[in-house]
Amino acid sequence: MEKFAFLFREAPQTLTPEAQATLTQSWYAWMGQLAQSGTLANPGEPLRGAGKVLRGTGKVMTDGPFTETKEFVNGFIVVSAADIDAAVLLAQGCPVFGSGGSVEVRPVMQM
Amino acid sequence: MPQAEPLPLTTTVDHLFRCEAGKMVAVLTRLLGFDHLEQAEDIVHDTLLKALETWTPATLPDNPTAWLYRVAKNRALDFIRRQRSSQHLAADLTAHLASEYLLVPTVNALFEEEGLHDSQLRMLFACCHPALPPEQQIPLMLKTLCGLSVPEIARTLLTTEDAIEKRLSRTKAKIRAEKIPLEVPQATQLGHRLDTVLTTLYLLFNEGYHALDRATVVSEDLCLEAMRLVQLLTQLPATDQPPTRALLALLCFQASRFDARLDAAGAVVLLKDQDRAQWHPALIALGNAHLSQSAAGPRLHAFHLEAAIAAVHANAASVETTDWPQLLRLHDMLLARNDNPLVALNRAVVVGEVQGPQAALAALAKLTTLHGNVFYNTACAEMHLKAGQPAEAHRCFVQALACPASATNAEFLYRRIQDTTDLLVMAEA
Repeated sequence: MEKFAFLFREAPQTLTPEAQATLTQSWYAWMGQLAQSGTLANPGEPLRGAGKVLRGTGKVMTDGPFTETKEFVNGFIVVSAADIDAAVLLAQGCPVFGSGGSVEVRPVMQM
Repeated sequence: MPQAEPLPLTTTVDHLFRCEAGKMVAVLTRLLGFDHLEQAEDIVHDTLLKALETWTPATLPDNPTAWLYRVAKNRALDFIRRQRSSQHLAADLTAHLASEYLLVPTVNALFEEEGLHDSQLRMLFACCHPALPPEQQIPLMLKTLCGLSVPEIARTLLTTEDAIEKRLSRTKAKIRAEKIPLEVPQATQLGHRLDTVLTTLYLLFNEGYHALDRATVVSEDLCLEAMRLVQLLTQLPATDQPPTRALLALLCFQASRFDARLDAAGAVVLLKDQDRAQWHPALIALGNAHLSQSAAGPRLHAFHLEAAIAAVHANAASVETTDWPQLLRLHDMLLARNDNPLVALNRAVVVGEVQGPQAALAALAKLTTLHGNVFYNTACAEMHLKAGQPAEAHRCFVQALACPASATNAEFLYRRIQDTTDLLVMAEA
């Protein structure tokens, strides 16, 4: 078994409270299922928008993540899977796709 | 700022708090793990305190339960966020509680009906775990599931607050030492574990039932709590077994007589003297329904017999039309499987109805271990009266009075002593 990080990038959208609740519920259902089946190696965290980007010698350069919202990582988890294809299969149920978002699947490096 | 009028702790509010406290403790313990039972209780205690401080008669929330749950949830979330890195919380929920993705929805889901239900069943089985000595099981259940305070538990169990505190802290230490899990047992274990749970709930009901004589507000609530918890068991297929139904039937029949048990002055009225118009027809019907549903499966449980006995009484229009021979058969069966002097005592009373007082007195005479029991002496006295022996009856009533008894029993006994004295005076006149 290897570990793979899922980096979520959601398409920007404004939702009604009900739609937001439904979306939260589907994330909960999908991730809960990964947790139940023992494939969730690290339940990660959702990430808020406001942040800081540092480059060079650690000087604060910009006051938020990348300007192009498509590059904005909304959160991450780490799953256990036999190989990257199996990991990709696990990512299929992610609710992010519904709104045109994406999941980047990256193997965790063993040092 | 003008001081708002504080919320009077009416029986309604008290009742609400007690009901919801039990449910909240169950859910929070599910989240934080059985090890953190005290923290779960603290959170609930703080929540109720906040309600008392915030609510006024004018500003009572529309949905008080939802208000309580919301406050408890927020406190739980604070606790979990602060403690999850250094403390083990519920082992099977580690991933759920570790990430903000899952934390809030997990907590919310547990406070929904199914989560509340599941948490309470887990707590029920944990309280009745075989590693806990029987005398620790009921105080734990009263404290956690039934939301009683230590003083209330002490009053109910006729002991001191100190004794209860000690018992509870020993129980909590045992839970930690034995690593008692908060779960409903698997199929193979479920049968005999369920038996323990049912017996404990039966004892719980009895505590409430006899506390009714002392007319504490808590007591009827306890009986209803016991019934509610048995009902909870019927809602899970694995625990909806024939003995569960039989117990529920028994409790329904007993509860149907609540209004008739005490007279206007608050003194105990015996079954044979009760005004049957005050017996609750809906509860009797419910009892009958559960009893028929319990008539399934290969095993006859003691509860089946006790419920059947209660059913004969409940469905009889009067003492005279009661099927006493059937009752004797049922008592014979009960005695055959449980050679217990108290069972024999009840049987003797039935013998009195079927075979007359002399036969009953003969049966009672064999029960030498019960000479210090108030019910035994009362039964002897009543039989002597029936046999036309007021002097003997008088002696037995006086002996009954010397036995440990609740205040209302004493009142009843004084009256009977007076009655027999009158009879003796009349006989001499």
